[in-house]
Amino acid sequence: MKKINKLLCIGLLASQAIGCASLGVQPWERDLLAKEEMALNAEGVDLGLDDHIYFSKEATSGGRAFAGGGCGCN
Amino acid sequence: MQLDNSSTNIAASLALATCTLLGSTPALANESVDNEWRFDTAILYYGETDRVSLVEGVISATKDFGDDHIFNGKLTYDGLTGASATGAVPQDTVQTFSRPSGHGGYAVAAGELPLDDTFRDSRVQLNAQWTQPLGDNLRGSAGVHASKEYDYLSLGMNGSLAQDFDQKNTTLSLGLSYQFDQIDPVGGTPERLGVMPIPTYIGDDYDDDHDDDYDDDHDDDHDNAYPDRNGTQNKDTVDVLLGLTQIINRRTIMQLNYGVSVSDGYLNDPYKLVSVVNDLGQTQQTLFESRPDQRTKHNVYWQTKYAMDSGVFDISYRYATDDWDITSHTLESRLRFNITDNSYLQPHIRIYKQTAAEFYQPFILDDSPLPTFASADYRLGDMDAYTVGLKYGQQLDNGDAWAVRMEYYQQNPKNAGFDEPGQLADLDLYPSVKAMMVQFNYQF
Repeated sequence: MKKINKLLCIGLLASQAIGCASLGVQPWERDLLAKEEMALNAEGVDLGLDDHIYFSKEATSGGRAFAGGGCGCN
Repeated sequence: MQLDNSSTNIAASLALATCTLLGSTPALANESVDNEWRFDTAILYYGETDRVSLVEGVISATKDFGDDHIFNGKLTYDGLTGASATGAVPQDTVQTFSRPSGHGGYAVAAGELPLDDTFRDSRVQLNAQWTQPLGDNLRGSAGVHASKEYDYLSLGMNGSLAQDFDQKNTTLSLGLSYQFDQIDPVGGTPERLGVMPIPTYIGDDYDDDHDDDYDDDHDDDHDNAYPDRNGTQNKDTVDVLLGLTQIINRRTIMQLNYGVSVSDGYLNDPYKLVSVVNDLGQTQQTLFESRPDQRTKHNVYWQTKYAMDSGVFDISYRYATDDWDITSHTLESRLRFNITDNSYLQPHIRIYKQTAAEFYQPFILDDSPLPTFASADYRLGDMDAYTVGLKYGQQLDNGDAWAVRMEYYQQNPKNAGFDEPGQLADLDLYPSVKAMMVQFNYQF
């Protein structure tokens, strides 16, 4: 539980830092970010297949998306 | 945060909105504005040395009905065959085990890790997700899923909200999901830490048709050797996912997610076993495993993508922990090199490390009191794993795209600090699992 609190604090601090700093771009500066391969879930089908494999072979799952596996996967 | 693993990604929506604003025409925006269906298909082969092999096919269809009202439907089918580690320890003599149905049994050679080779199943999964704007800077998404295999049913629904700030440079999101799972174990639900009966004979199956899969084992649901056992078991899972997505600069986007997942109900694997051994390491009896009925998991996930002049660098890290005392670290990276304007090569690496569940034990000593919970499933033990892979993709002149990837995955289970009595010290209780994956994608 201590570890979780520590991570949450780091996350909170990071988000505060991000909020205060002058991060971000103007709408006309999105040429590179608009590329399909820059989407955070580009290759969504690959990511879904990987999630299924690792869900069934390892003890932890989720993070990028919901943790549920939806299968028996023995 | 990703609302689901298909079309509802915030960055994609941002990109789409921006492209529309700028009038640029990358493939995603172009196809969506054309109001055409976009299909992503894939077929994956996953094969472990001497164990499970899997073929999985996916068809994902996405359509923008205008103004970012996006539907995604996904159909997944997988077929699975092979052998799975039962959790029982190897011995220096031949061992016999009952099949899950209780009809017949199988033998495991001396020195070999016991694998249940009656393992065959197919699964169909359907997902549907609808995403739309709910205001100038607010989006909502809702979805359902259903997955069915012979002994398992999973039904789920999810909903999320994503709010943009600072000219859409910052997005906060909140997602909720509920999942209902039902398992109807072959042979009924074994008693926790109940003794596995000694098989009456060794053979494929009672009907002697050499088709020893679970399906044929259970043409009649009640046709097993354990009429007194309970049948169907349920579990409920609720997930909450909080996400922050931040555009850092023209080349960099970052996300930070925190997720909590609470499962309640039958969390056992009804086919997993634990050996009870004496001080010489000889198996005295074999029990069915017992896991707690509740599990709460937390994870923190961070991902950064950086647009290079000729590709994309993607790195992510996940920390996960739960009240079963399992902790894991996952570091993953993809590096996309654009070879030409229409083709790319993408190496991939993933490094994973987990610690054992508090009730994990590779065997039970017969002179110790019987614990309440015990599982010898190596997937709940100490383990390192890594994946290395390479993907090649190409965009065709007609706008379609294809890709092929190959990956190698190796799991190295480790001793979590257990002394190995007698013969067990000379046997390999923690063999590595090695798997190859080959996947072909086509997008049109």
